[in-house]
Amino acid sequence: MDRQIRRSPSIGQSLREITFAQAINEALAEEMRRDPTVFIIGEDVAEAGTPFKVLSGLVKEFGAARVIDSPISEAGIAGLGVGAAMTGMRPVVDIMFGDFITLTMDQLVNQAAKIHYMSGGKLKVPLVLRTTLGASRRSAAQHSQSLHAWVSHIPGLKVAVPATPYDAKGLLKSAVRDDNPVVFFEDKMMYQLKGSVPAEEYLIPLGVADVKRPGKDITLVATSSMVQVALAAAQALASDRISAEVVDVRTTSPLDKQTLIESARKTSRAIVIDEGYQGYGVTAEIAAIIAEGAFYYLDAPVRRIGAMDVPVPFSPVLEDQTVPTPEKVVTVAKALCNRI
Amino acid sequence: MARAKKPQSRVFRHGQSHDERWLHFYRQMLKIRLFEEEVNQLYLGAKMPGLAHLYIGQEAVAVGVCEALRRDDYITSTHRGHGHCIAKGAALDRMFAELLGKEAGYCRGKGGSMHIADQETGNLGANAIVGGSAGIATGAAMSAKMRGSDQVAVCFFGDGALGQGLLYEAMNMAALWQLPVIYVCENNQYNEYTHYRETTAGELTARAEAFGIRTESFDGQDVRAVHAAALTAADRARRGAGPSFLLCNTYRFHGHHVGDIDRAYYRSKAEEEEWKTRRDPIALFAAWLEKNKLADRIALAALEHELSTEMKSAVNFALQAKYPDRDEVRQHVYA
Repeated sequence: MDRQIRRSPSIGQSLREITFAQAINEALAEEMRRDPTVFIIGEDVAEAGTPFKVLSGLVKEFGAARVIDSPISEAGIAGLGVGAAMTGMRPVVDIMFGDFITLTMDQLVNQAAKIHYMSGGKLKVPLVLRTTLGASRRSAAQHSQSLHAWVSHIPGLKVAVPATPYDAKGLLKSAVRDDNPVVFFEDKMMYQLKGSVPAEEYLIPLGVADVKRPGKDITLVATSSMVQVALAAAQALASDRISAEVVDVRTTSPLDKQTLIESARKTSRAIVIDEGYQGYGVTAEIAAIIAEGAFYYLDAPVRRIGAMDVPVPFSPVLEDQTVPTPEKVVTVAKALCNRI
Repeated sequence: MARAKKPQSRVFRHGQSHDERWLHFYRQMLKIRLFEEEVNQLYLGAKMPGLAHLYIGQEAVAVGVCEALRRDDYITSTHRGHGHCIAKGAALDRMFAELLGKEAGYCRGKGGSMHIADQETGNLGANAIVGGSAGIATGAAMSAKMRGSDQVAVCFFGDGALGQGLLYEAMNMAALWQLPVIYVCENNQYNEYTHYRETTAGELTARAEAFGIRTESFDGQDVRAVHAAALTAADRARRGAGPSFLLCNTYRFHGHHVGDIDRAYYRSKAEEEEWKTRRDPIALFAAWLEKNKLADRIALAALEHELSTEMKSAVNFALQAKYPDRDEVRQHVYA
């Protein structure tokens, strides 16, 4: 598959503008039509279609036997998902808020991630666990975290962090077909974001980054909704005649190291932007990979912009300080390019 | 989806008399006992890496339950899982090979004693997280129901798992959705080094009854009692009548693991002797076989001799087997 097709909808496809939520919904509907072993289980996924209405209508088409409302038992449904995945089904487990994946950790980390390896390659766990990330909804400390670093740390798990409706749909379809457990993070704040999505079927492979905007002076590596932040920053930097390249990793595991390193070698400067806590986070890992792979090409230290290392506060005046913003990215980028 | 081909039931195998079946039960129990004794020797002889948790004393549970299952039925096992694997049909040589970290082992030496899995016999794997497989077994049962396969899933766990929340989340869903799963609680009296009465409030069966799950409590040293309960539970599960909870009262003759030698601080020698001399499931069953004239002492001794020979040959196979290639360390991280 050539890079251009992976990156964005191609000319010649019949494009439609749909939301991120619709893209997720379409991906699941298409996979459920295609494969009778795919089913959804989670809290309020059926008639309610989740609190975010992402799954609206699926129960009508596929019935309550394949879109299953569960008790409020995150560990339990993750565990049932693992067992069903090991025995011929392809479950899509819905964990409403990313903060709640802490409740599924044994099932994800000790079970799903290790079963293939521990069994010497005999057993497989084709499980998708969909969940959310992202602050700024005034939802306070237990409904706002971005915990994708937790699972990205674990060998055996794959982790997707899509930034556009197009990527969300193509990556989710690949995740459902993958024979490994995939944790799929959707930023709640992006559900209404619109973008071009082809009417025709397409897949996006897990593990291939995407250059969302080419540039030559500085690389902005970002994940999930922080790609939108990076694109806004790149736009602003253009007016200062700084050409920023925006690289969307799309999956933190597998991580497309080559694309990150190539971009940093080309621009000689890099900032990594991610909404997880900065300490011991995704930004740290990616910054280290760039530092190791592009050291002799760099004109400045790699900078990290993650979420502030505090529990996410409720008060808007406090919460808004904790997440990366285009303004902050612009300030750091200008400093790295000696434009301040 | 294609339905799994139904193998013939092990329970009502054509041409096998009841008497032969009971002898087969005895053979299976003794096989586990001799296997575990050999494991202990491997540990004492420093031939086995790491530790192992011996099943000696609990053999009637694994055999009584697994003999009520079909080959394609599922089980999930525990850190004390060798007995479950053998009872479900695992081969001794590949078991030993796994325990020694050899390539010929069930998991190519990557799992070891606490993670033996064998897809061929429906064994979804032993689990070193106490209660950690409650979700997996229940999910396998859900999968069987969704696929219309009429398979049953058995979740083996100990009294210690009664302290884990996952078990209750899973049992709740199994009861809600009438899943074909059997929860087999082996109460061997000790959560590692602590008596279960110090950790577990109320009646044990009440915990499953709270979900409306049918429960049965019985002597786990009596293989016939275990088997009768398992047959009923499997039959109910298979015909859509939902989950069961079987509480098997049993005893771990050895320590928590092979290195747990000094046990006086948590249980008395007298207590151990009482179980070993009066409640040994294999001795009890041998007495029953003899009393009912299904076997005499000579026949049982001959069987033991035959199994010992089989055991030695399996151990030798494992000792001589090769280790995995060093570059296999990165294989099987992802499917």
